[in-house]
Amino acid sequence: MTDIAPAIELKGISKAFGPVQANKDISIRVMPGTIHGIIGENGAGKSTLMSILYGFYKADAGEIWVDGRKADITDSQAAIAAGIGMVFQHFKLVENFSVVENVILGAEDGAFLRPSVSKARKTLKQLAEEYEMHVDPDALIEHLSVGHQQRVEILKALYREANILILDEPTGVLTPAEADHLFRILDNLRKEGKTIILITHKLREIMEITDTVSVMRRGQMTATVKTAETSPEELAELMVGRKVLLRVDKQPPTPGEVILSVKDLHVTDDKGVERVKGISFDIRAGEILGIAGVAGNGQSELMNVLGGIMEASGQITMMGAPLPLSGKGSDGFARRQANIGHVPEDRQREGLIMEFTAWENTVFGYHLDPQWQKGPLMDNKAIRAEAAAKMDRFDVRPPDPDLKAKNFSGGNQQKVVLAREIERNPDLLLVGQPTRGVDIGAIEFIHQEIVRLRDAGKAILLVSVELDEIMSLSDRIAVMFDGKIMGERLPAQTNERELGLLMAGISGEPGKEDWKAVEESLAAVEQEEASQNG
Amino acid sequence: MDLSTIIELLGSTVRLGTPLLLMCLAGLYSERAGVVDIGLEGKALVAAFFSAAIAYVTGSVILGLLAAIAASLVFSLIHGLASITFRGNQLISGVALNFLASGMTVLIAQTWFGQGGQTPALGDVRYKPITLPFADTLEPVPVLGPVYHDLISGHSILVYVAFLLVPVTWWVLYRTRFGLRLRAVGENPGAVDTAGVSVARLRFTSVLIAGLLCGLAGSYLSTGLQAGFVKEMVAGRGYIALAALIFAKWRPWYALSATMLFGLLQAVALRYQNINLGDGIIIPVQFMNVLPYILTIIILAGFVGAAIPPRASGEPYTKER
Amino acid sequence: MDRMPAWADVVLVPLISVLLAAAISAIAIVLIGENPWEAFKIMVEGALMRSSGWGYTLYYATNFIFTGLAVSVAFHARLFNIGGEGQAVLGSLGVTLACLFIPWPHWTLAIIGSSVAAAAFGALWILIPAYLQAKRGSHIVITTIMFNFIAAALINYLLVNHLRPMGSMEPASAVFPAATHLPSFHDMFSFLGPKMFRGSPANVSFFLAVIASIGVWLLIWHTKLGYAIRSLGFSESGAKYAGISPVKIMIIALLISGGLSGLMGVNATQGEAERLILNSAEGAGFIGIAVALMGRNHPLGVFLASILFGFLYQGGAELAMWTSIPRELIVVIQALVILFTGALDNLVRWPLESLFVALRKKES
Repeated sequence: MTDIAPAIELKGISKAFGPVQANKDISIRVMPGTIHGIIGENGAGKSTLMSILYGFYKADAGEIWVDGRKADITDSQAAIAAGIGMVFQHFKLVENFSVVENVILGAEDGAFLRPSVSKARKTLKQLAEEYEMHVDPDALIEHLSVGHQQRVEILKALYREANILILDEPTGVLTPAEADHLFRILDNLRKEGKTIILITHKLREIMEITDTVSVMRRGQMTATVKTAETSPEELAELMVGRKVLLRVDKQPPTPGEVILSVKDLHVTDDKGVERVKGISFDIRAGEILGIAGVAGNGQSELMNVLGGIMEASGQITMMGAPLPLSGKGSDGFARRQANIGHVPEDRQREGLIMEFTAWENTVFGYHLDPQWQKGPLMDNKAIRAEAAAKMDRFDVRPPDPDLKAKNFSGGNQQKVVLAREIERNPDLLLVGQPTRGVDIGAIEFIHQEIVRLRDAGKAILLVSVELDEIMSLSDRIAVMFDGKIMGERLPAQTNERELGLLMAGISGEPGKEDWKAVEESLAAVEQEEASQNG
Repeated sequence: MDLSTIIELLGSTVRLGTPLLLMCLAGLYSERAGVVDIGLEGKALVAAFFSAAIAYVTGSVILGLLAAIAASLVFSLIHGLASITFRGNQLISGVALNFLASGMTVLIAQTWFGQGGQTPALGDVRYKPITLPFADTLEPVPVLGPVYHDLISGHSILVYVAFLLVPVTWWVLYRTRFGLRLRAVGENPGAVDTAGVSVARLRFTSVLIAGLLCGLAGSYLSTGLQAGFVKEMVAGRGYIALAALIFAKWRPWYALSATMLFGLLQAVALRYQNINLGDGIIIPVQFMNVLPYILTIIILAGFVGAAIPPRASGEPYTKER
Repeated sequence: MDRMPAWADVVLVPLISVLLAAAISAIAIVLIGENPWEAFKIMVEGALMRSSGWGYTLYYATNFIFTGLAVSVAFHARLFNIGGEGQAVLGSLGVTLACLFIPWPHWTLAIIGSSVAAAAFGALWILIPAYLQAKRGSHIVITTIMFNFIAAALINYLLVNHLRPMGSMEPASAVFPAATHLPSFHDMFSFLGPKMFRGSPANVSFFLAVIASIGVWLLIWHTKLGYAIRSLGFSESGAKYAGISPVKIMIIALLISGGLSGLMGVNATQGEAERLILNSAEGAGFIGIAVALMGRNHPLGVFLASILFGFLYQGGAELAMWTSIPRELIVVIQALVILFTGALDNLVRWPLESLFVALRKKES
């Protein structure tokens, strides 16, 4: 084993973006002909690490070794020359080019296209047969399904004779059937002796296909283990990190009347993809309903519909009154009038205007409120006073209402949003990823404020990809997968593993221990889906 | 309307359409690579001035042409610096360059020649009409003879160059490695960058090609179509070329048809002034003059099929984080 | 933290950019064979040292304030209204129709009527581009350029065919009735001395421009609408979250922009020419771009930049009279200001930012 040089060896890679340390002293070895998984939560630094390996970013420190030789990867050209290919999470394809044009781009033979094209056609045909990757070479990318587009990305790398293939979250956009096909392709590639690095945050994929797996957490590599010698539980623990879990002090809930009732909600995004596929649930006064799920399974769309950002079909009633889901009266302003507060998932793009001062952000979304009017003008003085008071109560630092939002830390930005939404005393508060990118101290405070609002008899809908957060805050947990609610659990009667399985789309019985059985039920679900799709 | 009138009108169309065509192709190279160029007007204007000025001073049309190209390239370089290197606003850069050209040309013309911002008349120092082979022999042949002699033959070299540039551009764009990369960088620079090709270098090259073509257009205006430079002589043609580019959906052969259509409109407006349709219905000359703009707005409004610009045009490229 | 202090971004960057533009202009003057310092003295002498010079400077500045405000209001919504010229020309048409066809008893009423007409015509002229941008995403820059040309042709047509008085060969409308005459600075301030502002075109519209500046300042920073416009400009996704309709706000912001450009007609057409002429906007619509960029889209900045450009305009005319420097030098300066403050601002900003970062490191 030791006399074979690793296909890839990273030694002490570090990279910072301004104050954010994205990678910190990372070292891994990947042996040739294996599939190596890199797992970690969103923002753990996986993509940055791989972009460095592909020469897209330059590391601040550290070395890259390829096939036992130190490689100087200064740009993507150098990475390609070293035999590294990368399939980015967001494909780097020219949409209105044909498959073959995309494949030869940057790897043309000579100044004229004709020879390159005919050579590429031939090679594509070979590759297609070799690896089960059939794509019409003359089809335009924009006419291909996402799964086929991904195939083109892989073909691009193979056409450049890549021996090492990096795939960044390849299944995030795929249907389960497409993901399965991808894994068959990866398996074939491994048999041909190619080395594959698979970046994902899905445990199932790691268990299914990899030989070895490295776990990343907050920019650091926490462990590298053989997949056969580990378990999903152990990996989950390594991923999340034991156990900074901040216990939230809270009394048992005393649910009151139904505040929000959602019936058969369907959401289709502007690309025509159905994101929410008919979900129904109620939230009562004085309870926190947590929605767990892997990012991209319809939670964001659900929040956007309730917050008035997206249109939908179905039925929602707020304290007995129906709310319009499209057209007039379905925008954010109308939702606020219905006394729904909204702490959005992305505070930098939605919840705040980063170029506005803190006091201007204090009324963002409520700027039409007569409370802030003085004659024809806005009462900026009153808003500023209000901002100062709120910032004081929420301990925003620095407590300067004239500072622009972009100059606060993530936690303090979030406090500005929370102060605005909670202090309005809404009957229903939508909270998305309340502690994403927030320091530990602020997390505790934010959690307490959410619980305080619940204890005041308000209804709260919490969406988070952090299972810990869902477990410790929620009074009830619903798990979303592929636009549907897979199941509902009480926090006291479930555990992270069971929720994790639900998040993977497996509605097994509680207490089912055997991973084999899980796999079977998984296969069943996928078969069902395949038959639905077909 | 008899044959000779039609031939005259079409001949005028070709002459008026040529500068439009050259500028339209210039815009095509630039925008296909993702750099919006509303400075076509300005580049052609400096080129027109330097072409006439240098041709007058040296007595050489060729030197005039070279000066025109050089001046236009300098403007392209500034545009590239602003919009590629310094990731500035491409529209504002174009606007600024148009004003710079409009002020600078008069300023220099006045300083050099003292004739109120124009160059002295060029007299003979202009592009000579080229008589194609057998034009005179074939002239007596009915219909075909006059068409060949008066419409196809007898233009200056730049007219033929412009027409030749249409298939050449098509070929470069769709049959060469450079064209493939150029089209790609205007659609998705990220794809080009990850394929290990320099986005900045590609874009600079295209912007410079645009400069070269605007140089030809300007030179043709002052040293071919007219005999000398006068203030603001490009007279909005740069914007018409831009309109034609949208009309042509950023494609070379369409660019030819669009610019010739707009050239015809100009030729008609020039020849007929107000057009009387009878029954007191008169199309005013002003309407003919703005018809290209109106057509472009209708196209932009999407009533006649959508005009979708290259996807990355107008956006400076920064690697995403 | 920001990479550099706010004052540096607001004051230092434009100031250095303008100095760069001035330096290049000085070189141009040297190349023409004149002395830049002498030229500068002539400009100051002619534009600022006599009341009639100020009368011209402020007259030009009034035009630029309107068009500059117009460009900045659109910029606050991240839209580039390059059609100020056309909107101003249409505004002038509105003024002309109001002055010629409504029998005003007194100028105080006439200016109200003509202002309403000017703003309405200016706004009307951006309505189609605004709608197309908001609803169909047709680029506002392209459409407004096209509308500039269409406006010029429309005015040309109307002057030649309809508005020209019988028997006149000149493409210009009839002279406005005396009751619509706006008091010039000379009329207003001659109590200070008979020569005060004599022969200069500055008129009461200047105060209209001051009011418009204050109005825009209130609008942008003190009203719900301004709040919505700025929100949209900074983040469309944020605006949607806050229940602000991008389509509605985009159209409204552009209509206000067009209206402001149109108001220029009150100064140029009613205040000065007192009849509609060809090319009544005299390029002021484009100078609005330079003025807005230099003034950082703030009414006070626009006001000061307009005075500077008014000075350049008047000074440039003086230069053309007394030296061999043509008036077009002003166009060059205008171009350089737009280039450096609008397109090449990173040329100045990036080095400054590194400088400030280095300074801060040294401190700590």
